[in-house]
Amino acid sequence: MPLLEIEDLHVSFKTIDGVVHAVEGVSLSLDARKTLGIVGESGSGKSVTAQTVIGLTRFPNATIRGRIVFDGKDLVAMSTEQLRGIRGARIAMIFQDPLSSLHPFFKVGHQIVEAIRTHEDVPRDAARRRTIEALRSVGIPGPEQRFESFPHEMSGGMRQRAMIAMALALRPDILIADEPTTALDVTVQAQVLELIQALRDDFGTAVVLITHDLGVVAQMCDDVAVMYAGRVLEQAPRETLFDEPEHPYTWGLLQSIPRLDAPRTDRLSPIAGSPPSLINVPRGCTFHPRCPYTPPPALETEPELAPSEPGHLVRCHLPVEERKRLWQSLQQEHPALR
Amino acid sequence: MGAYIVRRVLWAILLLLVVSFITFVIFDVFPSADPAALRAGRNATPALIEQIRHNLGLDKPFYTQFWIYLKGLVTHFDLGYSYYNSESVKSEIFSRLPATISVTVGGFIVWMLIGIPVGIVSAIRPRSVVDRVMMGGSLVAISAPVYFLGLVSLFVFAKGTGQLQWFGAAGSYVPITQDFGTWFNSLILPWVTLAAAFAAFYARMMRGNLIETMHEDYIRTARAKGLRERVVITKHGLRAALTPVVTMAGMDIGLLLGGAILTEIVFNIPGVGRYAYNAITNSDLPAIQGTVLFGAFFIVFANLVVDILYAFLDPRVTYG
Repeated sequence: MPLLEIEDLHVSFKTIDGVVHAVEGVSLSLDARKTLGIVGESGSGKSVTAQTVIGLTRFPNATIRGRIVFDGKDLVAMSTEQLRGIRGARIAMIFQDPLSSLHPFFKVGHQIVEAIRTHEDVPRDAARRRTIEALRSVGIPGPEQRFESFPHEMSGGMRQRAMIAMALALRPDILIADEPTTALDVTVQAQVLELIQALRDDFGTAVVLITHDLGVVAQMCDDVAVMYAGRVLEQAPRETLFDEPEHPYTWGLLQSIPRLDAPRTDRLSPIAGSPPSLINVPRGCTFHPRCPYTPPPALETEPELAPSEPGHLVRCHLPVEERKRLWQSLQQEHPALR
Repeated sequence: MGAYIVRRVLWAILLLLVVSFITFVIFDVFPSADPAALRAGRNATPALIEQIRHNLGLDKPFYTQFWIYLKGLVTHFDLGYSYYNSESVKSEIFSRLPATISVTVGGFIVWMLIGIPVGIVSAIRPRSVVDRVMMGGSLVAISAPVYFLGLVSLFVFAKGTGQLQWFGAAGSYVPITQDFGTWFNSLILPWVTLAAAFAAFYARMMRGNLIETMHEDYIRTARAKGLRERVVITKHGLRAALTPVVTMAGMDIGLLLGGAILTEIVFNIPGVGRYAYNAITNSDLPAIQGTVLFGAFFIVFANLVVDILYAFLDPRVTYG
C-alpha cells in the first residue's frame, strides 16, 4: 500500500480575473522510502499539488476536491486542526527560498525548537539538545553557536540546511521539497541534494521533490510525474522517463537541457510558445498549442492519462507505436537524447 | 552603538540650531506685527514704543539678537522672556508640559488600545463584514477633524454644556497632583477626541502590515510546521507587522509632546500647544522660538529613540 496517495485532486482559486484552475485531476502515489519527482514549468500546478497535501492552500477563495490518503485517512476531508498534527510532524515541507522562509526576527534554533515543541511535549532544554543534534546531522558546523544565529547571519546553503534540520527534527514519514535548490548557488545545490538523499537513506523518509530541473530528477528520483497546466502528462519510473519518454512535452523538456557533451554549434531547442493561462485553459489537449505533432482529436477532446505499459502513464492522443517511432527519430536527429 | 548615539546627538544639536535660526529669520523677514507696538498698548506715544523696542533689544540687527539668544540658551539654558508679559519662556513651557504630556500619553494609550486590535481583527478576515464595518468607521474617524469631533463631544457628553453631563467640560483641567479624579475626568473627552483619528490611522496601518506579513514565506513555514493559527498570527505575524507601528508611534508621540495644539485649544487645556498658539497670535518671538525649539527637540529625540529601539526590534539592523 502506498504511503501517500493523491486521487483525482482538483484545486482552483477564485480571483478577480476569473477562476484559476491550478490543479485538474492529479493522481499520484508515493511509496515509503521512495523519491517521487514532480517536474514542470512555473504555473504547472506542481507546488499547489504539494502544498495542498498539508493544507497550505486552504485559502478562503480556494476550492479543493479529490482525496489525499495518508495513513488510511483522507487529508482533504480532515479539519485544519486535525491536519495541524500531521503538518511538520509526519509530513514536513521545505521551500524554495530559505531566507524568506525563515522568520527574520527569530533565532534559527528557536524556530526549530518551536517546531519540536508544537508536536511533542518535551522540556525546553531537551528540545534544544535535539535541535542542536538536528543541526549537526545536516552538516552545520558549530551547531551550538548556529542555534543562536539569526537567518540573515547564515549563508544560503546553511539556511536551507537549517530548514531541512527543522523539517527532519521530528522524523517525518514524508519530506516535501518544493524546489529546494532553485535559490541556491550551483555549488551548494549539489550538497543540499546529497544531504536530502543521505537523510532519506538514513531515516527512511520518503521524498516528494518538486523541481523544474530534469538533472535533479535524474540524480534523485525513483518515479517522475511531468506536470503541465495543472495536469499530469506523463508518469513513469525514472529510467523509463529518460530512456523511452512518450509525451511530446517530455521530449521538449529533455531537448531543452543544456548538454556539456553536445557540440557547441548545436543550439538549445526550447519548447515553442509559453505555458497556457490557468484561467482560460486551451480546449482539447492542454498542450496542443505548443505541440509540434497535434493529432486531430487533440483540438477537441482532452486525452486520458492512459498506461502505455505497466507503470508508464501518458496523456496523449498519438498512438503508442507512433510515439515510440517519433522518439526514435528524435534520438537519431539529436544524439544528445540517447 | 555608543559612537552612533554620540554622532546622532551631535547632529540633533546642529539641527536644533538650524531650526531656531530659521524661526528667527522668518520672524525678522515677515514680522506678523510689531511686538513693541503690541506691548505698548493703544494710544502709546512713539517715544514709548521706541523705549520698549530698545528694552526688548528689537532695535539691534537680527543676527545680534540671535547671538544674544543663543548665548543665553547655551550658557544657562535660558529661553528668554516673553515680549508680551515678560514671563520666563522656559518656566512657562515647563509649567505647561504636564498638561501636554497628560493629553499625549493618555491619547496614545487610547489609540493604541483601539487601533491595534481593530487592525488585527480586520486583517485576519480581510473583506469580511467585520473588516468592512471597521475600515469604513476608521475612514469616518480619520476624516473628522479634532475641532469638529471635539465640539460634538462637548455638546453631547460634557458637564455643563452637554446633553448627557458625563465628563469634564472644556477648561475643567486640573493638574494630576491636585486631584486625580478631576484630572482624569477632564481628560476623557480630549483623549478620545485626539485618539479617534490616530486610532483609525493605526488600525488601517496595522491591518495593511499584517495582511502583507501573512503572505510572507515564513508564515507559510510557520503553518507547515504545524503551529496553531493563533500562534502563527500573534507570534510570527505580529512580531513582524508591529515593528513599523512602533516607529510610527514614537514619531507621533514626539510630535504631540511639542503641543497637541488643536486638542488643547478646543478643550481649553493649558498645555504647550495652546501656549504656542497664543504666542503666535501675540507675535511673541521668544515664546514662539521656545515652543518651536521644544517641538523640534521632541521630534528629534523621538526619532533617535525609535532608531535605537529598532536595533533591538529587528536583529538585521545594526549601527556602526
